[in-house]
Amino acid sequence: MIKLLYFAGIRDLTGVPEEQAPLAGRTVGELMEWAEDKYPGIREGGARVAVNEEYALDGDVLTEGDTAAFIPPVSGG
Amino acid sequence: MSIYEITDKPIDPQRYADHVLRPEAGAVVTFTGHVREWTKGIRTLYLSYEAYVPMAEKKMAQIGREIGEKWEGTRIAIAHRIGELDVGEVAVVIAVSSPHRKAAYEANEYAIERIKQDVPIWKKEIWETGEQWIGDQNKKPEVRNP
Repeated sequence: MIKLLYFAGIRDLTGVPEEQAPLAGRTVGELMEWAEDKYPGIREGGARVAVNEEYALDGDVLTEGDTAAFIPPVSGG
Repeated sequence: MSIYEITDKPIDPQRYADHVLRPEAGAVVTFTGHVREWTKGIRTLYLSYEAYVPMAEKKMAQIGREIGEKWEGTRIAIAHRIGELDVGEVAVVIAVSSPHRKAAYEANEYAIERIKQDVPIWKKEIWETGEQWIGDQNKKPEVRNP
């Protein structure tokens, strides 16, 4: 299983801060497609995905036990 | 040692300036970012910040390493607050010391620019008429009336 984390406006969209999904072996790009199916509009704001606390590329492959976080555009400072 | 922290407590900027001070340093530049009342004509009542804490601290440490490579001899401390902040309160502090002032000024500005690009922290503005997560520039505003 992959642990998914949602923050800020994306969490408002999903309604949950985190969940588990059977996405091991899939790419980050496929994760985005999965998420867009489940939560239409999740990609619209230009969210990035971080895997195990590092920004990931669409082609990166998820491994069992990974944590993938949806990172909407940041606004710290 | 450097400090990179996300905290839910009020920030005392002096603590971070003191931390980077050392005998080799001829300059300490401390930047504090505060909650602003008016943005584009809209009055903010308070801000609510959230962070992906472990990743945010990691990214701040990475920015610190970048600064160490670009400006030799600097020491840096960064803290960002999360939770609800009132107008005027300190949201972020960046303290940089260096042998001479130019590097400290430059490194300090570099740090805040990089924080705004990459560190997973989000700000929600709460107004009299609604609220909005900031950063979703391509998204339609989702203003909810209280």
